[in-house]
Amino acid sequence: MSILLTAVVTLGVIGAGSAAILYLIGQKFKVEEDPRIQEVQEALPAANCGGCGFPGCAAFASACVKAETLEGLNCPVGGQPTMDKVAEILGQTAPMTVKKIAVVRCNGTCESRPRTNLYDGVSNCTIAAALYGGNTGCSFGCLGLGDCVESCTFDAIHINPDTMLPEVVEDKCTACGACVKACPKDIIELRKQGPKSRRIYVSCVNEEKGGVARKSCDVACIGCSKCQQACPFEAITIENNLAYIIDDKCRLCRKCVPVCPTNSILELNFPPRKDKSPKEEAVTVDA
Amino acid sequence: MVVSPSPHIHSGDTIQKNMYGVLIALIPAFLVALYVFRLNALIITALAVLFCVGFEYLIVKYLMKKTPTVLDGSAIITGVLLAFNVPSNLPVWILALGCLFAIGVVKLSFGGLGNNIFNPAIAGRIFLLISFPAQMTVWPAPETAGAVDAVSSATILGNLKTNPELLPSLQTMFLGIEAGSLGEMSALALLLGFCWLLWKKIITWHIPIAIMGTVIIFTGILYLFNPIPLYHPLIHLFSGGLMLGAIFMATDYVTSPMTKKGMLIYGAGIGFITMAIRLWGAYPEGVSFAILLMNAFTPLINNYTTPKRFGEVVKHG
Amino acid sequence: MLKTFRIGGIHPKDQKISAGSAIQPIAIPNQVIIPLGQHIGAPCQPVVKKGDTVKVGTLIGKAVGFVSANIHSSVSGTVLKIDRSVDASGYRRDAIFIKVEGDEWEESIDRSPDLKKECTLSSKDILDKIAAAGIVGMGGATFPTHVKLTPPPGLTPEILIINGVECEPWLTSDHRLMLEKTEEIMVGITIVMKALNVDKAIIGIENNKKDAIGKFAEYTKNYPGISIQALKVQYPQGGEKQLIDALTGRQVPSGALPISVGAVVQNVGTILAIYEAVQKNKPLVERVITVTGKDVKQPCNILSRLGIPVAILIDMAGGLPETTGKIVSGGPMMGKALATMDVPVTKGTSGILIIPTLEAKRKAMKDCIRCAKCVSICPMGLNPTLLMNLTEFEVWDGAEKQRITDCIECGSCSYTCPADRPLLDYIRLGKSKVNTIIRARKTNA
Repeated sequence: MSILLTAVVTLGVIGAGSAAILYLIGQKFKVEEDPRIQEVQEALPAANCGGCGFPGCAAFASACVKAETLEGLNCPVGGQPTMDKVAEILGQTAPMTVKKIAVVRCNGTCESRPRTNLYDGVSNCTIAAALYGGNTGCSFGCLGLGDCVESCTFDAIHINPDTMLPEVVEDKCTACGACVKACPKDIIELRKQGPKSRRIYVSCVNEEKGGVARKSCDVACIGCSKCQQACPFEAITIENNLAYIIDDKCRLCRKCVPVCPTNSILELNFPPRKDKSPKEEAVTVDA
Repeated sequence: MVVSPSPHIHSGDTIQKNMYGVLIALIPAFLVALYVFRLNALIITALAVLFCVGFEYLIVKYLMKKTPTVLDGSAIITGVLLAFNVPSNLPVWILALGCLFAIGVVKLSFGGLGNNIFNPAIAGRIFLLISFPAQMTVWPAPETAGAVDAVSSATILGNLKTNPELLPSLQTMFLGIEAGSLGEMSALALLLGFCWLLWKKIITWHIPIAIMGTVIIFTGILYLFNPIPLYHPLIHLFSGGLMLGAIFMATDYVTSPMTKKGMLIYGAGIGFITMAIRLWGAYPEGVSFAILLMNAFTPLINNYTTPKRFGEVVKHG
Repeated sequence: MLKTFRIGGIHPKDQKISAGSAIQPIAIPNQVIIPLGQHIGAPCQPVVKKGDTVKVGTLIGKAVGFVSANIHSSVSGTVLKIDRSVDASGYRRDAIFIKVEGDEWEESIDRSPDLKKECTLSSKDILDKIAAAGIVGMGGATFPTHVKLTPPPGLTPEILIINGVECEPWLTSDHRLMLEKTEEIMVGITIVMKALNVDKAIIGIENNKKDAIGKFAEYTKNYPGISIQALKVQYPQGGEKQLIDALTGRQVPSGALPISVGAVVQNVGTILAIYEAVQKNKPLVERVITVTGKDVKQPCNILSRLGIPVAILIDMAGGLPETTGKIVSGGPMMGKALATMDVPVTKGTSGILIIPTLEAKRKAMKDCIRCAKCVSICPMGLNPTLLMNLTEFEVWDGAEKQRITDCIECGSCSYTCPADRPLLDYIRLGKSKVNTIIRARKTNA
């Protein structure tokens, strides 16, 4: 009986002592933190993707709390609903944000862009790009080795094995921008998702002269400026033999799409055209 | 045409070459084992290899769902080394259990060759030693001495503490006709293997010499003050699993440090712990425990030792 | 005991099958493509335009900025266009296309084979002549030579080291130069010694080129201050830091230039170019290139004008073998694999190596078995497998601490790895990332 008693007393004393020490240490090293940071953090998606420009959701939360207004602070993953929630916690209003999405500006599939050599090295775009122009005649286009896939925390971008090009999964893409940073060829761009996900963009980044670009890839932009002329809103620029559609000016009229002789302007999620457009003719360009 | 980053040539060295090189180095020790224990040596070794390779194949294929790479030779080495570390009359089911533990738990659960923290053969042996102390510490006498029946006999290290008068001559120890585990018999055969490994540049001298050196210095100092057989440096060097451990198990690529400095620290650590266990511990033998302990320290050693950098050498000339 | 460097090193098979073949000049094709960026540093500004007539040695590209080098026409003819052309890395860069007409040289160039020993120019005049001739490091680094011969303030050169090591397997162009242009090289050395104001020069040659060592030994008596040192064959002895270590026992500290230990290293090819520029007014318009490989019919050493497509050189060596799997510009350890044979020869092209299909591809990578062979052979005393892991997991501060920036990209680690791991691929990536980080830190600070 006395053994039992000794054990209980000893353990009890040890326990109480430890508790006291823990309490004292806890008091001494207590960090005063704005409780709202915790609240804001709970409202965030906890993806820790860094898409907001901060190292993680916690850092973004404390930035939100410290900032006077929410101007310039945006969680691309959570989008407007999340920012509204954050604004509510902080008693502010969230600025309107436009939903964006990653767009791969290269359409050089295996058929349209023949391979000229065989890359035999680590399956890593950055390493391959540092080594040479790539396994096709086009030194601007996608290498298809998947740095973007690797960088995506949302499983929203995949290499299509048939085309060897990355494809963005619209529902999953949060426009965090990780793939934009990962791509050594600067092919991926964040563009407005557009109403009903409708968007138009030039799917090429080749800055070579028309002939050279065309020789290496069937669907290369040759900088012919036909789209520029067709555009009623001055939304298209031509620089370095390359057309670019300015997101903010484009009204999605689709006039540029059929005039492109190489089909390098892509339209996504639009209903099929009613009238017979000249687009059909343009397809029959030989290789 | 192929485009790849430089270099465009390769030495032709492969994992297989290194692994099979180690196996070749083990042949002399195996021949001695055959001579001393006859058929038993062959059976135990063959079974251990079979178990190790078989378990690895099955686990990798059906549990890990990867392509098995049993032919890289590492599982064969584990089998042989484990067999060399057990008595020649060990029941087969115990051996199988040891192989399963070595391959399944120690090697593959960490991700297979290259990723394990502990040497599988050593860990397997210790697992058996702790689980089946009776079976693991009863050694049959050498069959060559004319004894027809396998009589259990104590090892040199077992006798060293209790009855030093039973010790065989140093020469016998060196040649290896003695009681003990399969492959730890003959220092001579193991040294032959060591020469082969050095010649083929499969290992460097650092770890084995550091271990042996530490043992000699350690016991040498004690022997100077008190010259009894228990402290005799050569007895410690030639007996038990020291040679086998120092040359073949401590030098396992995966579980030993990568820098020369680290290798020396690691070797010295093994030598010291071995002697501490042998002289003051409960077990007569301590090589495997020493190696296992130092395996655990390897990442730490790697962290704190850097290779000799270019430009840090003292200028002269 | 032969001297060699003290840390790491490997011994790849020599394979110098073209060593016995004398240097032969190339027939000039109808058109050459002369890239404007043939050196480390800023590409040249073209000073000719379409339709201009040029002679051999006419300045066609002017150096821009301090680290840059002039470029001269290697043929006589008419400028066709200035356009982009594919370079050794498959990227298209600016180049001057010249249609060849005859072979007329600038009058100022002395084309006689006579040796001209005396040089009365001052150090500055010599450097100016070298800069004007557009000479760059011809071992492959292509760093502008006049910059390298201008020591940074506060540092004085004490010794000139001549790199005749040619440690890359297969290549023999430097070897042939040393045999055929021995005395020209000796005179070139005296000129550089004068330019640097040093009184000591050592020629380092690996012991697999005994004939070259013997040839130089004949001349060293007549040239005070110049000595010759045979070296134990070991790769990468031709690395600047390794060669200085082997010859003088001094090790260049991490991040420092060779001049910090008083040494300036020049390749024998560069020395010959300096001789020709200073004594004969000849700018850098041609160089010796080894065309070789296992299945090449006539492995040879070709004196080629710059701007000639690689394909023509291969034709001269007996044509492209059917077994071709990979074409490498440079040696097998550090050379660059070419994506196309249209690439023109540039100042840094030391060889064309044709690798058969069976040996062209790498083997599949396995898990690291931590054998530490890469650690023991790294000539810079680094831990390649650790650096690869740090790069793979993007631990840049760790990689910096492990001195990833010290890597000389010699490829010994990938060469040695029994698990066929692409160590250098990753280290190169990590090195460039860490360098970017360091630069960014410096500009911010």
